Amino acid sequence: MLEIKNLVVQIEDNRILNGLNLTVNDGEVAAIMGPNGSGKSTLSYVIAGKEDYEVLDGEILLDGQNVLEMAADERAAAGIFLAFQYPLEIPGVGTMTFLKACLNAQRKARGEAELSTPDFIRAVNGAADKLEINKEMLKRALNVGFSGGEKKRMEILQMALLQPKFCVLDETDSGLDIDALRIVSEGVNALRDKNRSFLVITHYQRLLNHIVPDTVHVMSKGQIVKTGGKELALELEASGYAEYRTNEAA
Amino acid sequence: MAGVTNLRSPAEAGLSKLFESARQSFASETAIAREEAFRFFEATGLPSRRVEAFKYTDLRAAITEAAPPADAPSLEVAKAAVAQAKGFSGIEAARLTFVNGHLIGELSDLDAIPEGVTVVPMSEALAQGHAGLKQLAPVAQARENPVYQLNTAFLADGAVITVAAGAKPVRPLHLRFVGTGDAPFSTATRVLVQLGEGAEFSLLESHEGTDGLTCQPNDALDVVVGPKAAFRHTRLNIEGDATIALSTLSLKVEAEGQVETVNLVTGAVLSRHQIFVHIAGEDTNVVVNGAAMLRRGQLADSTLLADHAAVGGVGREQFKWIIDGDATGVFQGKIIVRQAAQKTDGKMKSDCLLLTDEGQMMNKPELEIFADDVACGHGATCGAPDDDLLFYLMARGLPRAIAESLLVQAFVGEAVEAVTHEGARAALVGEIEAWLKARV
Repeated sequence: MLEIKNLVVQIEDNRILNGLNLTVNDGEVAAIMGPNGSGKSTLSYVIAGKEDYEVLDGEILLDGQNVLEMAADERAAAGIFLAFQYPLEIPGVGTMTFLKACLNAQRKARGEAELSTPDFIRAVNGAADKLEINKEMLKRALNVGFSGGEKKRMEILQMALLQPKFCVLDETDSGLDIDALRIVSEGVNALRDKNRSFLVITHYQRLLNHIVPDTVHVMSKGQIVKTGGKELALELEASGYAEYRTNEAA
Repeated sequence: MAGVTNLRSPAEAGLSKLFESARQSFASETAIAREEAFRFFEATGLPSRRVEAFKYTDLRAAITEAAPPADAPSLEVAKAAVAQAKGFSGIEAARLTFVNGHLIGELSDLDAIPEGVTVVPMSEALAQGHAGLKQLAPVAQARENPVYQLNTAFLADGAVITVAAGAKPVRPLHLRFVGTGDAPFSTATRVLVQLGEGAEFSLLESHEGTDGLTCQPNDALDVVVGPKAAFRHTRLNIEGDATIALSTLSLKVEAEGQVETVNLVTGAVLSRHQIFVHIAGEDTNVVVNGAAMLRRGQLADSTLLADHAAVGGVGREQFKWIIDGDATGVFQGKIIVRQAAQKTDGKMKSDCLLLTDEGQMMNKPELEIFADDVACGHGATCGAPDDDLLFYLMARGLPRAIAESLLVQAFVGEAVEAVTHEGARAALVGEIEAWLKARV
């Protein structure tokens, strides 16, 4: 599914990723854990196509195609989805208008017909019910006035609607209470599929109790330094990141 | 304006000649002081950048020739022009149609004016010395403005609209201004609207003409909002790309009066919309919003003066600017709170999105506060579309151009949301969408 080879990335002359290698197979849920400043969020942005970063070397292959040549919208249409750590508020853009525009833009890019309004509303309502999203929220401007938990649920709603094949969850558990964590995790688990892979970025093992990973990678100083099964997350929870802590921001 | 003396420009000399030749036809009028107005104008001349209020919009440089006042067009010509008109055309409204600044009775709904509303053509009102004309020019500061005084001097047509006390017509009245022709011309219209106590009235105003048409409309709207009356006004400037469009809105608001005026500009090579508000009575509520979407060489100026002279006035002024290409936006907003106007609550804001490096935005907010128990604030922002928001939208599959359009639409939409009349709001949104579509 996704193969990252020797990825070297900097921002404003500050090297963040230092020859990172990572493979996520079809249907796999891979977790990335690591201390603050190890480059986890940078990795998520670079995969999704944020332009602030300078890629000095390496490749990111999605089903063999190097996505580094593609703009963020093209990557989305190719099946990459980033659930943001801090979803942005966009005043004036209605949530339903936004959802429909995204869905149809991706369908158009893939040469598919636009979804009819009744089909679209049915799809949104179905996904919203599963995520216990109040329909009133859908009438408001995107993420404006939403609580932290509501914003994260909205991210998963978008994921459910857009049906991407590679999902990056950037600290989706941050800012969630226990109930919201359960709802969001159930939303993610419902999307697990042999043709869909996940990269779950988190500091804490607790998210991985709900979204049980197939593999766990430890990231430090912009590289994957250790890889193991789900038990590795438990080890980290017990021992902490001292072994991996960088000299960078704590 | 005092103290600035210029040699007369060819356009100013031309205007003097035009006034001389028109003087004879005004001789029998007593209702308006054209001579005084023109003398005022002659003393100031076309304002240049040396005049503070016109610092960023130099009319002396922009108007190089005095365009002659337009003759009334034939019905055939007027019909052809109106057939092309699109401003607010889908809205059910009683229409007063002006072509080249002349009221065309045959293309107006003079026989179907909403109940409680009377309309007298300005030409008739002037000839008869209509009693309502005493209410003309209801704001003192407008009378010290050369553009407004030029309108008074050359006033050719318009209407006197009276809304009876307590009348609340459902259908709006639409002032439809259309320009047509192939030679330069100027127009000077004045519409006076008086709302009686407790009246509620919606007025739509559209200004349009064909591209390449070099005309100089100078339109004025004088409004007196009676006690507890509500005036809702939606204005659309979709003038042709060679038009120099000057306009003045003068509003006098009496006790507990409510005003909502929203102006969207996408047309004209140069436009200046002047708004003078006089808060004359207590506990008023006034919303003045504006949006301009400009490209390639356009300049749009919104100049606002809100003079609070009574207790408890609430004022909300919000202006949004989209500057594309090498266009220029100008916002000058001044709030005066007189000593008597305690408890005034005023907020004025001008926000600009610059879509290119070549565009310019000039913001000049001013507060003059003489009362000590008021809440007044102003703010101005200027910047490019937010990269993080663009990335968020693109990461969901929206191509950059569409993502940018969505952000622009949302940004401008905030100024347009204030329009109460659903059809008028939809018409403005439609115009915004059309502008964005033409850009992508």
